[in-house]
Amino acid sequence: MVPMPEKTYLQAISDGLRQEMHRDERVFVLGEDVGVYGGAFKVTAGLLEEFGPWRVIDTPLSEIAIVGGATGSALMGLRPIAELQFSDFVSCAWDQLVTVAAKQHYRAGTSVPMVVRLPSGGGFSGGPFHSQSPESAFTHVPGLKVVCPATPHDAKGLLASAIEDPNPVLYFEHKHLYRRIKGEVPDERYTIPFGKARIERAGDDITLVTWGAMVYTAAGAADELQSEGVSVEIIDLRTLQPWDKQAVLESVVKTSKLLILHEDTRTSGFGAEIAAQVVEDAFEQLDAPIRRIAAPDTPIPFSPVLEKAYIPQVEDVAGALRELAGY
Amino acid sequence: MATQTQIEVVMPQMGVSVSEGTIVKWLKSEGQQVAADEPLLEISTDKVDTEVPSPADGVLGSIVTLEGETVAVGTTIALITTVGEALAEPEPEPVSTAIGSGAPDPPEPVAAQLAEPADRTFVSPVVARIAAEHSVDLERVSGSGHGGRVTKKDVLAHIAAATTPEPETVTSKPLPAPVTSSAPSNGDRLEPMSQMRRSIAEHMRRSLDTAAHATTVFEVDMSNVVAIRARLKPEFLERHGVRLTYLAFVARATVEALRNWPWLNAEIRGDEIVTHSYINLCIAVAVDGGKGLVVPAIRNAEGLNLLGMARAIQDVGDRARSKRLKPEDVEGGTFTITNPGGHGSVVGTPIINQPQVAILDTEALVKRPVVISDDKGVDAISVRPIMNLCLSFDHRLIDGAYAVQFMAEVRRSLESWGEERY
Repeated sequence: MVPMPEKTYLQAISDGLRQEMHRDERVFVLGEDVGVYGGAFKVTAGLLEEFGPWRVIDTPLSEIAIVGGATGSALMGLRPIAELQFSDFVSCAWDQLVTVAAKQHYRAGTSVPMVVRLPSGGGFSGGPFHSQSPESAFTHVPGLKVVCPATPHDAKGLLASAIEDPNPVLYFEHKHLYRRIKGEVPDERYTIPFGKARIERAGDDITLVTWGAMVYTAAGAADELQSEGVSVEIIDLRTLQPWDKQAVLESVVKTSKLLILHEDTRTSGFGAEIAAQVVEDAFEQLDAPIRRIAAPDTPIPFSPVLEKAYIPQVEDVAGALRELAGY
Repeated sequence: MATQTQIEVVMPQMGVSVSEGTIVKWLKSEGQQVAADEPLLEISTDKVDTEVPSPADGVLGSIVTLEGETVAVGTTIALITTVGEALAEPEPEPVSTAIGSGAPDPPEPVAAQLAEPADRTFVSPVVARIAAEHSVDLERVSGSGHGGRVTKKDVLAHIAAATTPEPETVTSKPLPAPVTSSAPSNGDRLEPMSQMRRSIAEHMRRSLDTAAHATTVFEVDMSNVVAIRARLKPEFLERHGVRLTYLAFVARATVEALRNWPWLNAEIRGDEIVTHSYINLCIAVAVDGGKGLVVPAIRNAEGLNLLGMARAIQDVGDRARSKRLKPEDVEGGTFTITNPGGHGSVVGTPIINQPQVAILDTEALVKRPVVISDDKGVDAISVRPIMNLCLSFDHRLIDGAYAVQFMAEVRRSLESWGEERY
């Protein structure tokens, strides 16, 4: 048996893009510096040479133009993949995304099959404009789908699903995972369904729900608790809209204790939605208050010391797990 | 200068299930004098129609709820203005200021400020559901969670223990005859456990399962205490009707020493240590001829002198033996003294009264030959009244060095008891 190739998270996205562009002529990429320069993070490196300037389009520095162009071309039957250099600047494209793309099918019955790639997340002193994780805000907009892969395998499989999907999909790729995380990624094409969580590790005592880069923070904390005799079940949601309520509820039935972890800020973060849903559907299963670990409600500091205090760390999560275990 | 106070008249609760009442008729009008307990109004509820007496002497200041109106129980329906006596010193005239109406704020009720909320054990939703489904009495499940809370695991383990049959023993040895019926054999007597016995059994087992028990024993030379007690005993009895026991001296010495060793007056809640600012000293009292035990607490024992301590011990002991303790008498203890020495016991290993972290055991006062050194270092054998004090402590919180330093202080305090000390 041939061993499966190991790829970085970034390579998995890159390979996925290339594979989809080969498979389907309607697929094209557009964004700032995605062509000649190969993308700010080199995700699209080599695509211009391989597919030519009609399918790899360098755009002006205008997020609303990028998303507006993608929306229009999707309406005309193409499969655009728009790259916003940093997910922070998605706010500039809010109107095209929320007012136009998200509501088009409801208003006119026409589908908008586009993907917006959003490099997100902190951990490298990028400061308040280059480190945010704004996925929660878009889960609040009916008509948009929200995807947050944590592993190279999921990054490629969810990208293929996002391109196939007839709706606008926001694909949040975590910058801090690009080159830090490697994993087995099949060469052949595969898809991963939306709304199906991945059990990162099974456990009996506490359910820990998270996604994106926080999956690794969660795993570090769960390792610590394992050595203290507490078994933590980590659920990687993979997609937030739709999200796998069933998997979370089944786990809570088993453990009766729930910790939710996200890198986005606390208030109105997606953790609040999960907590509310579990209380509505599984109140009589709970043996402890639901806890959330999230970033504080402030912009993200530049200072490495302050950024470390801002982004949830292994010890923060381990502390919360210990409290729940002892409750 | 007279002081005025407003007293609220509220819609009374005329029965457990009654939630509202209707004003039928006001018997006084605004501005009229009314005496305490004088009928003030008539009300009608779905249980009874009745007169409501005035709660105080005064003037009916204002009627809030008019005749024919229906309001919830507890709603203010009128205000009565009472007029108090002049204060000893005349108050200055109120100085008008830019803000405020000039009316003094009513004083905060002191009792309400001091009252602490009753400590109620929290039952989580999942535990409540499982207990209901399996008809489990949670009072009988020992809790391993935060503050002794019964966790889901605790209640599941309790159910499993109650329903799992004993594993079959595979053995070639002859087994003792199994107990096949509830009928006692050969004149054995069978009797149900009393509620007290069951709760003692549960508490003792839970304490051993919770605390890491360790016991240390100190010999105390009670010569000074014996002499002083002999002198004070008739005086306490004649003048105060109080029996002065050795226990009172030990309790006083203990309370003083606890001030310097506060972790012994503490409890463990989850992974936090709660150190109490007050000492509620529990005294174990044997009842029913040794077949029962209650442990009432002397509240704020840190504020009692020797007479007060002796009186408090006598009071809780008398009330325990005559079964006149109230539920609150046996709650909220922070440290316990048990006193089995009266029957000659010289060493004990008492079990901690949860959620406390230590228990002191006072043993019999026994005359023993002991070696005494004078100031020149010359040894001599002397006969001294010696009492052993045994302290069981929860080694999870209290280390040996901490426990023995506390005990050394108790011993020092008892051995150096002076005439002037109360």
